[in-house]
Amino acid sequence: MTLLENAAAKQSIRSRPVGNTPTIKNLGSTTDKVLNFPLNAWYVAAWDYEITRNPIARTIAGRPLAIYRTEDGKAVALADACWHRLAPLSMGKPVGRDGIQCPYHGIVYNSAGRCISMPAQETINPSATVPSFPIVERYRYAWVWIGDATLADPAKIPDMHQLDDPEWVGDGLTIGVNCNYQLVLDNLMDLTHEEFVHSSSIGQDELSESDFVVTHDDTTVTVTRWMLNIDAPPFWRKNMRDKFPDFEGKVDRWQIITFEAPSTICIDVGVAKAGTGAPEGDRSQGVNGFVMNTISPQNDRSCHYFWAFMRNYRLESQLITTQLRDGVSKVFKEDEDMLEAQQAAIDANPDYEFYSLNIDGGGMWVRRLIERMLEAEGRPASAQPEHAHRAPKAAR
Amino acid sequence: MAAHNQEVWQRGRVIEADYVATDIKRIVFEPTLPVKAAPGTHLTVAIEIDGAIDTRSYSIVASSDDGTRLTLSVFKTRNTRGGAILMHNLKVGDSIAMTQPMQNFPLRIGAERYVLVAGGVGVTAMVNMARVLREIGANYELVYVGRNREAMAYLDDLTALHGNRMRVFVDDEGNSLNVDKLLGSIAEHPFATETELYMCGPIRLMDGIRRSWASHGLNPPNLRFETFGNSGWFEPEDFIVRIPRLGIETTVGVGSSMLEALESAGADMMFDCRKGECGLCEVRIIDLEGEIDHRDVFFSEQQQRDNTKMCCCVSRGANPNAANGTRTVITLDVS
Repeated sequence: MTLLENAAAKQSIRSRPVGNTPTIKNLGSTTDKVLNFPLNAWYVAAWDYEITRNPIARTIAGRPLAIYRTEDGKAVALADACWHRLAPLSMGKPVGRDGIQCPYHGIVYNSAGRCISMPAQETINPSATVPSFPIVERYRYAWVWIGDATLADPAKIPDMHQLDDPEWVGDGLTIGVNCNYQLVLDNLMDLTHEEFVHSSSIGQDELSESDFVVTHDDTTVTVTRWMLNIDAPPFWRKNMRDKFPDFEGKVDRWQIITFEAPSTICIDVGVAKAGTGAPEGDRSQGVNGFVMNTISPQNDRSCHYFWAFMRNYRLESQLITTQLRDGVSKVFKEDEDMLEAQQAAIDANPDYEFYSLNIDGGGMWVRRLIERMLEAEGRPASAQPEHAHRAPKAAR
Repeated sequence: MAAHNQEVWQRGRVIEADYVATDIKRIVFEPTLPVKAAPGTHLTVAIEIDGAIDTRSYSIVASSDDGTRLTLSVFKTRNTRGGAILMHNLKVGDSIAMTQPMQNFPLRIGAERYVLVAGGVGVTAMVNMARVLREIGANYELVYVGRNREAMAYLDDLTALHGNRMRVFVDDEGNSLNVDKLLGSIAEHPFATETELYMCGPIRLMDGIRRSWASHGLNPPNLRFETFGNSGWFEPEDFIVRIPRLGIETTVGVGSSMLEALESAGADMMFDCRKGECGLCEVRIIDLEGEIDHRDVFFSEQQQRDNTKMCCCVSRGANPNAANGTRTVITLDVS
């Protein structure tokens, strides 16, 4: 379906025609329930430690990949389908300095995806190639570019520097979530849900009572919320006592959520002793973390949610690193359950639409920026509604 | 972008048509299912010749970003099989059946250095590649070889766009390409092992580069080429094929392939790629009066010299040294 046809189709559902040449902008709504994903973007395919000389299989943005390292340590992402009969190369084995051998008939490809050995013939068919996708390792992640390779500029990799900055420590995990990736972005852009989903750890009434500010530019959206002179919820009281063992009393709490298109959200979070100047920039009487989130669509209805919790205090303590990773992991399990239930409800109610609240301000700008990326690629904002088969669960 | 090899048929309407060199016509189509054509892509057109539908594949010279303008360039040789004549007769407003762009010759982004070699109308496959390499700031060189300037399509445009990254060799000006010298310079370059050479042109040029690439010890998978099997060492001529086991004897005319002639004569033939790559159409030569013009890339040079098998989809009988009128006769068996 062309952009124009798609726009027209949406228009017939949602609103009356505005003119003879309708565009996305005329539609007024940015609430596709199953949002498409841009292809011209860097998505995290794996943690650095996951990639070895032996290939792994991972589907990113709808494209099955075989990901491995060469003997020189360079990461490689090839289409996970042999040129010959499409057997998965991820089931194959390493050959030579940078090659991979198809497990079925032994065809060998180099890291550029070119066939270098073919069974039972003296020559090599010049057409025998599998696509090789740009892959760059940065911030402990391997980022792949599935779209137009001529646009794959590593300078476009989102800023997640806390992941390998010596002033920060922490760790994270990957969650396979059976939901459209945009639902995770919505979840992270509006943290009032913490009050209801995470009531035992980080939730508190003030989250939905306090005001917040949304700003945006062409590629980022920021939501800032301060909660002053409040009681610290259990998670933050523990963190304060890791740094200030005798801590008692009220705190000033902040959440500064920064989205970088299309699917990375880093959240500057923390609390400081109330009235010690944190809102003005002096965080010395507090604890500061960064929740690093980047969501890679697997397909329309599943995604790989890569996250880490980084901190800039008590850098020497592996105990705190592990406690934080496990603690946040439990919190995110609550999100995962909610998101999968939400996706199931969306699919079970195809005739109901989304409506919006004031709290969706950040998430709505996220949608707007993603839809502009899709428009620039000439692809529809809505993912295909038909899904005859359920996707396999994303990698954990 | 990933390679797409599926045939998706659509219509293409001619919106521009003009000559860009001797016997080379540039035709711009507006397709009904527009898709941006990546460098290295081609499309297949369906044409009617003598009441039968036949297909021809052409490299895509240029594509607008939205894919609504696709440019082909069609060379009409002396021995054209009819497709080129039909394509040359297309006028603005005409519409033909064509596929969406298909990819068998992908340009890999990320090599340290590129050398593109275009011979004659083979330049059609190189125009888009060179343009993209220039746009992304790659280290590249475009080598363009032709008989004379009048026969070299897009020469002025390419010179203007690529400036000193382009080298032109013109036979009629006494300035022919020395393949060994070119390959020697690639082998001596600091990026020798990381240099990728993409080529498209007549088989003599491509065979010469293949041999020189090997003799210079350059990295075999870094030599990239595409062949539609439509160029040989000799001009096509009529020849005779016989399959005694099936009682078949037929003449292969210049306008058809041996595979097509054998099928027409009633042989049940196996084949797939029809461009001399896969080897499925191989036939076993029992007796040969004359020579074989091997146009495939499936058999090694030694296998081709042995003349015990041939790819009948592209290879032909030839008789370059015989007196006029002496036809090559190939006696063979099939699977």
